Amino acid sequence: MTAVMGTPMLRKEDPKLLTGENKFVDDIQVAGQLWMGMVRSPHAHAKVGTIDTSAAAAADGVHAVYTGAELAEMGLWAAPLPCAWPVTEDMVNPPHFPAAAEEVHHVGEIVAVVLADSRYGAVDAAELVEVDYEVLPAVASIAAARDGDNNAHSDLDSNKAYSWALEPNPEGVDAAFANAAHTVKGEFVQQRLIPAAMEPRGVLAIPSPAGGEVTLYSATQVPHILKVMIAATTGIPENKLRIIAPAVGGGFGAKLNVNPDELLAVTLANKLGRAVRWTETRSEAAFSTHQGRGQLQTIEVASDENGKISGVRVHLDADMGAYMMLITPGVPLLGSFLYTGVYDVPAFGFTCDGYFTNLTPTDAYRGAGRPEASYAIERAMDMLANEVGVGPDEIRRRNYLAGGGPFENLETASTLVFDSGNYAPNLDAALALAKYDELRAEQQSRRDAGSSKQLGIGLCTYVEICGLAPSRALAGLNYGAGGWEHATVRFLPTGKVEVVSGSTPHGQGHETAWSMIVADKLGIDPNDVEVLHSDTAISPLGLDTYGSRSLAVGGVAIAMACDKVVDKSREIAAHQLEANPDDLEFTGGQFQVKGSPDKALPIQAIAYGAFTAHDLPDGMEPNMNEQMTFDPPNFAFPFGTHIAVVEIDEDTGNTELIDYIAVDDCGNQVNPLIVEGQLHGGIVQGVAQALWEGAEYDVDGNCKNPSLMDYLVPSAMEVPNIQTGYTTTPSTSNQLGVKGAGEAGTIGSAAAVINAICDALSPYGVTDMEMPATPQRVWKTINNAKAGA
Amino acid sequence: MKIDMTVNGDARSADVEARTLLVHYLRDDLGLTGTNVGCDTSSCGACTIHIDGESVKSCTMLAAQARDTEVTTIEGMADASGELHPMQEAFRQCHGLQCGYCTPGMVMAATSLLKENPSPSEAEVREGLEGNLCRCTGYHNIVKAVMTAAGGA
Repeated sequence: MTAVMGTPMLRKEDPKLLTGENKFVDDIQVAGQLWMGMVRSPHAHAKVGTIDTSAAAAADGVHAVYTGAELAEMGLWAAPLPCAWPVTEDMVNPPHFPAAAEEVHHVGEIVAVVLADSRYGAVDAAELVEVDYEVLPAVASIAAARDGDNNAHSDLDSNKAYSWALEPNPEGVDAAFANAAHTVKGEFVQQRLIPAAMEPRGVLAIPSPAGGEVTLYSATQVPHILKVMIAATTGIPENKLRIIAPAVGGGFGAKLNVNPDELLAVTLANKLGRAVRWTETRSEAAFSTHQGRGQLQTIEVASDENGKISGVRVHLDADMGAYMMLITPGVPLLGSFLYTGVYDVPAFGFTCDGYFTNLTPTDAYRGAGRPEASYAIERAMDMLANEVGVGPDEIRRRNYLAGGGPFENLETASTLVFDSGNYAPNLDAALALAKYDELRAEQQSRRDAGSSKQLGIGLCTYVEICGLAPSRALAGLNYGAGGWEHATVRFLPTGKVEVVSGSTPHGQGHETAWSMIVADKLGIDPNDVEVLHSDTAISPLGLDTYGSRSLAVGGVAIAMACDKVVDKSREIAAHQLEANPDDLEFTGGQFQVKGSPDKALPIQAIAYGAFTAHDLPDGMEPNMNEQMTFDPPNFAFPFGTHIAVVEIDEDTGNTELIDYIAVDDCGNQVNPLIVEGQLHGGIVQGVAQALWEGAEYDVDGNCKNPSLMDYLVPSAMEVPNIQTGYTTTPSTSNQLGVKGAGEAGTIGSAAAVINAICDALSPYGVTDMEMPATPQRVWKTINNAKAGA
Repeated sequence: MKIDMTVNGDARSADVEARTLLVHYLRDDLGLTGTNVGCDTSSCGACTIHIDGESVKSCTMLAAQARDTEVTTIEGMADASGELHPMQEAFRQCHGLQCGYCTPGMVMAATSLLKENPSPSEAEVREGLEGNLCRCTGYHNIVKAVMTAAGGA
């Protein structure tokens, strides 16, 4: 077999998805199922008064109606919804139950649930439930939370949830700013984003009344985490729970949680002895699924007179929303280590205050903390370039770690050890691909001609943290679980291979990539490999998919399990060929005695021998079924250079992204087709934050744009083709030298686009542009700048 | 109310609530779950099917409005032997899908687009797919797939 790793093998997943054969949660129907209809609060903050469920209960096809208070009295909850990341000892974490009993804290919080025979009947009946509310003042922004005139939770005396700091060298930071030749300060808004995976979330819980088991189908990224957490929150024994993530239509972090609907479905199915289901509507998703970002950032950079950075100081005010969900408070921390970017920063300090608001909870969204960090430092680098009077490429070159050259295992000011990097060649490759000098010439000629269509060129040289995570590093951050991943690789008697993976795909192509790794490791055809995943009964050990961890942790676990298969096979081959194991070479799926090509055994024959167990070495266990739990020694740190080219129509304020160039370095690539696809999609999500998307709230905490009519997820019309290129700097954190590509696009793109806009408008003295850079906002900024000039 | 239509070549009859959306009739009554629902405002196009050869968002019409029509869903695109429709094959070759949720609607919309304009420019493909949202691919490979299917790339 020739190597398949590194080749653009077509995906195994595609035929079923292309023909509609795959089953997403809502596609699975069960006889006797009951549909949940959620009664949701129309108020952001209110006391729940009397609830009249009589009309709903009397409606045709309605089986039961339960209020939040009744659910609590029924003893369904052993504990509140979990937060796995209490970032400080004294973090405030108000209890959060699947349905509110006394007080609601965001629009859309569930106050009662209806169970009905049909999809439509459940919605109809939910409308018949009458709820009295005593409306309380809402805290509808970070600024309002910080001001503290009103409290988001009536029983708390402050909106502050926690303060967290990463200040390894406070004296150094003070000295850097005291002695700086130049300082710049950026204040940026990371607006709230609605993740909007195309498949809405959904659940289907199927009980076994006699056996006591409950099977939950959920559109989730994290079936394994969900299983533990459902046991902890409901008291249903973990061994009686089975969680299945069937085909899942995208996640982007939004399906990385433990949600009220999941707990309601499981507990009500268990109680009623009937299958219980629910699928969110898109407009409901703005309330029933967490949102991303939601930060106010202040970043200050100090440098010498040549723009060489001496210190970086960052403060965040972060919007938790109404409650702490699974990793809500930790999202800013995930970014904290990256505010020094790819730069050699002698002194760094970071502080973050988390605040409660009466808005939908926030949590992980593609990049989770890292796009925010990259945005801040990369915007600040452009500000510093302007201050010093050099180009954006030059200011970066002057500050790259290791002088822009190759390095391995380098400790940074933010206390992390970067696995590997080689930044200047990556920048050079991007500038060349973009024809940067020609773009600058075109920009100048438009300016000289007084064109109303300004060209802007924006750079971002990002780094990110992938491969979450070394378990000890997570312990240091007070995260409530480890970061390992599990794999099983087993030969079936006929020579085919089953791989069981603990990482759970939802569009990333794990089945293809894992088959490629196994094919190369075992010298077999990738089509002889079947990848099993996403069902806790089939794959009992796993920590799932998020944080660009699947390949760098889960894929590496598979490679290491394959190594164990090869090791065991070698012993069997040596025994059967009557040779010393060290005298055997393994190539092309075959063990062969060195120098004796006629003395050889294919690995499939050895595996069959392990199955029959007729002739194994003394004491060896039968079967070829090897397991590996890989806990990575370090994170992986992909990097890259993104260049956005925008054209701004001064007359309308419209920004058109006319070209986008991305040269990424994610280490070795298993499947370049998949890598490129991940980057395309990630880039467009970051571009969307820069130009179009943002959940908007009024002062009462109502989301003004919850539907896809108002929330502007881009279509094919709004985006250009993307030019991609790669450099390859293998990771030192794992044997495959892989890093991760799932979030890189998003982490690089928002800053590139806004830098391009600021670059386009720099002749007017414009130095910043809040996201999203809507035509109205751009037009106003241009006109204000012209008026002020 | 009683409805009759032809779905993927088969005659279908049913008695449905008057308010039943066509997409829910296809999915919940006929079990044709390849047609997906991604929104509630006819914005995303995941539910795109063909009615009498024209692409339609099946969440925007009632099942009753499809009476006496010929409906084709994604399940009716591959031929009887299971060979993919050229548009499905182009999506596969070009990696025009990731999670696959928008894909059935994209394939149906793209097929209809090429029927109306067999040799579209890239800009025309982008404009023609404006009613179909994808969150995974950034559209680059979807556009490439449609151009490939059209023989233009």
